[in-house]
Amino acid sequence: MAIPRFWRETPSRYNLFASKCGNCGEVHFPPRSVCPSCHRKSIGRMKSIKLCGSGNILSYSVVHDAPEDFEMQKPYIIAIIEMKDGVRLTAPIIDCDECDIDIGLEVEASFRKLGQEGKAGVIHYGYKFRPLNTTPPEK
Amino acid sequence: MDVGIVSYGAYVPRWRITPVEIGRVWGTDGEAISRGLNVKSKSVPSPDEDVITMSVEAARNLMKRCKVDPKDIGAIYVGSESHPYAVKPTATIVAEAIEAAPDLTAADYEFACKAGTAAIQTCMGLVASNMMKYGMAIGTDTSQGAPGDALEYSASAGGAAFLIGASDIAARIDETYSFTTDTPDFWRREGEMYPRHGGRFTGEPAYFKHVLTCGKNLMEIAGTSPEDYDYVVFHQPNGKFPLRAAKMLGFGKEQTTTGLLSPMIGNTYSAAVLLGLASILDISKPGDRILAVAYGSGAGSDAFDITVTEHITELRKDPFLLVSNMISGGKFLDYATYAKFRGKITLAEGSK
Ligand SMILES: [Zn+2]
Repeated sequence: MAIPRFWRETPSRYNLFASKCGNCGEVHFPPRSVCPSCHRKSIGRMKSIKLCGSGNILSYSVVHDAPEDFEMQKPYIIAIIEMKDGVRLTAPIIDCDECDIDIGLEVEASFRKLGQEGKAGVIHYGYKFRPLNTTPPEK
Repeated sequence: MDVGIVSYGAYVPRWRITPVEIGRVWGTDGEAISRGLNVKSKSVPSPDEDVITMSVEAARNLMKRCKVDPKDIGAIYVGSESHPYAVKPTATIVAEAIEAAPDLTAADYEFACKAGTAAIQTCMGLVASNMMKYGMAIGTDTSQGAPGDALEYSASAGGAAFLIGASDIAARIDETYSFTTDTPDFWRREGEMYPRHGGRFTGEPAYFKHVLTCGKNLMEIAGTSPEDYDYVVFHQPNGKFPLRAAKMLGFGKEQTTTGLLSPMIGNTYSAAVLLGLASILDISKPGDRILAVAYGSGAGSDAFDITVTEHITELRKDPFLLVSNMISGGKFLDYATYAKFRGKITLAEGSK
């Protein structure tokens, strides 16, 4: 992916910035400049909001035939996540064994390397999701 | 003006490998090496983790603990010897990822394993001189030993972040002192993947000389002696050196245990003394006094005389942020998977 495009998407990739329509209240991720439901009525009324960072797995798939960039990480899990804020997004699930993944599993955003443009190129960073730690530590 | 630690955050990756497993591959007695180093396992980062991601995780864990507005952070310094970029600061990405950018100064530090404590000292000066409200100092590494090299049995990964400020101090830094010499005990040349070390040279004239002198001189400046401290933490390249240094300075086992993490996670380099300090702050009481001595090859030591305040309890509401929680529950790797994770396998041209 081109450096300028990736750089423009930094706020949403690093910090899950989304857009909220000031007309109907719909939240969009990645952010939009115009609401797909309200069109012209939303112009000038779109707000930037930060998603809370956690959600639940709606559906997932274990990828065994990985694209070149993810060759070293296969098999890996990719999931559709229903965020607490009501939007859905697709992201890799990390720090989770295949046997522990389940629909409904609560996950939170973490910060990981998404890829790089070869050995000498720029490195891309952003969100991946990991299971929310829900078992209190042993004393 | 009092300055000190306002908040702190730790990060230890999930994976582990044992010296026994490493020894199995290289035909050495891993069991004996494990005993000799007092390292039972070391932490290993995932293929998609590096100093930038671990610094962000530590900084975010720091921010979760306190109510500080990231826009009040005037400086972010990241100390490491394994920054992913030779040119392009890790600190810029951390600043963006915690929403502290753009009104701040940022830079990366390098002083082997003590770059993170050098960053703390810089932040102390900037805060004490009223140039900013808060400064953030981070020490993170994903250091590697060459396959089969002695360093491979202990070189691990971790990160810790400290917010330095003058209000709501959870642990006041009363004194800091540094001791620096030109000592060629350990180095890595630009462009080289693995560091080199001066063999036996790394012990007496390097680690012990600097840590002991620095610790002793700090106590002289502070007018203290070992029994004044509840906890002591040293740089921990393995599980043996810090115990020996503690004994030589006159500290007992009960003072050293809490801050000694290398037996479980290995040598986290720039994060080592900082993670040890974080694990002490995780359990210490108001009034407790801590001596922390970092060491960086090349060589130098930074020492800190720290007193815990009543604000410490406010930072410990989330049990998932505790160092003990990050250390327990690690998943063990075999050497082949470890080699793949750490990029030690040469791949065909064009693959990643
Ligand atoms: Zn709308």
